[in-house]
Amino acid sequence: MTTFKRIIKGGFLNFKRSGIISWAAVLVVTITLSVITTIILLQAVLHFSLNQIKDKVDVTIYFTIGASEEKIMTLKSSLEKLPEVATVSYTSAEEALRIFRERHQSDYPTIQALDEIGDNPLGAYLNIKAKEVSQYEDIANFMKSDNSLTPGGESIVDKVNYHQNKLVIDRLNNIIGGAQRLGFILTLLSVIITVIVTFNTIRLTIFIAKEEIGVMRLVGASKMHVRGPFMIEGVIYGVVATMITLVLFLPVTAWLGRSMTNFLGINMYDYYLSSFFQIFAILLLSGIILGVISSWLAIRKYLKK
Amino acid sequence: MIYFNNVSKNYKDAVALDGVTFTVEPGEFLSIVGHSGAGKTTLVKMILADEFPSGGTVFFESINVHRLKNKELTDLRRRIGVVFQDYKLLPNKTAFENIAFAMEAVGKTEEEIMSDVPHVLELVDLSEKLHHFPHQMSGGEQQRLAIARAIINQPELIIADEPTGSLDPVNTYEIVQILKKINDLGTTVILTTHNRGVIESVDKRVITLENGKVVRDTKHGK
Repeated sequence: MTTFKRIIKGGFLNFKRSGIISWAAVLVVTITLSVITTIILLQAVLHFSLNQIKDKVDVTIYFTIGASEEKIMTLKSSLEKLPEVATVSYTSAEEALRIFRERHQSDYPTIQALDEIGDNPLGAYLNIKAKEVSQYEDIANFMKSDNSLTPGGESIVDKVNYHQNKLVIDRLNNIIGGAQRLGFILTLLSVIITVIVTFNTIRLTIFIAKEEIGVMRLVGASKMHVRGPFMIEGVIYGVVATMITLVLFLPVTAWLGRSMTNFLGINMYDYYLSSFFQIFAILLLSGIILGVISSWLAIRKYLKK
Repeated sequence: MIYFNNVSKNYKDAVALDGVTFTVEPGEFLSIVGHSGAGKTTLVKMILADEFPSGGTVFFESINVHRLKNKELTDLRRRIGVVFQDYKLLPNKTAFENIAFAMEAVGKTEEEIMSDVPHVLELVDLSEKLHHFPHQMSGGEQQRLAIARAIINQPELIIADEPTGSLDPVNTYEIVQILKKINDLGTTVILTTHNRGVIESVDKRVITLENGKVVRDTKHGK
């Protein structure tokens, strides 16, 4: 217990007395953590945008005029049983007419034409959303094969707009896949680069203490007694850098939230605050692990004797 | 206490030690003299297992020091106090902390540290410099601090490798007096130097090294 207390105290003293060298290490860890935070925020933007685009994609089944609601409901419930389907919403012919009128309320000739017809010229329709963009194909195939579409030999389906959407859906599929792969590769690359830079900086701070380590060993200090304070220093680098990064990103995200919300489609400041504790935990953990492992590896070389 | 048995050490293109054989008895004060590069430092590093011999064996009592595992080596080094020409103090620690570190290394309690450190600093006349860092002290003061650190854990052996190498005559005299006092209290001392004056003021056994060989071993180095 005393040893542990001494090691912790030694780490703090080292940090304080190494002065500018300690702060150089903190700075580098801060840069690493900032890269990680930026990646987290970018992922949020990417995720949000992709979700929004995905949400705009759907398949609609238009039914013939006069198709019985009962048959449509049978189809609806069998569609809902498909694992790929997220939601199916039913719009009746009357509802469709109301929406149409609303949308064209300032388009006088169209409304007048509608009034002259008297009857409802629109059919009911089902709007289907899949869980993943890539699953629309399966849903379309299901609709082709399912008998419920043609009960009694007579089709109630007027048209399915999947084939009109197919090109868009396919292209979107490629873009989403590509964006996710690119995001992953960029994340991996930047993390690797910053980790290497941090490791080298910490190695440098320990290189400066090389002589000291030799002296400690000659005085009869155990490996843990020599290594401990350096690892505590590593922890301190991580903790201090986490604090600096978290504070640094407050004004940055506030600015992004104020002036970039429309462009990004998401308010960065709100997102940052709402996931503050997750980001805090991720940064703290990465910072400490980075500091401790770098110190451990760097000092190993001088402890061999 | 220490037995060198036909110890040799070859570096790539130089011979540092060549068939060195001698014995050190407990309580002895041995000076090892020779020019720079005669092998003095290599010889004392052998005792600490900081260097490995190309041939021969080095025993500390019944222990072959080069056969020790890490943990045992740490234990051995705790029985030996070392003083170097360049002091080898911990630059980021005060005088007090430098000595406290050596005590912590062997697991002394906080109470022992608080009572022993001021005592040993008084012994080497550094009571005033308790909270000074090494760079705030003169060469002589730093070397006295190094000696205080070497003796704090009551080692059986003190190795002083050129302790006066970078000191003026007055400080050199003081250091030699302190080492003699330590020897009088029963601790074995091995001192290396290239300074004839130091040998004469010690007036004890002297081994002369030349090109890695023992060329003389006299009872009184006058």
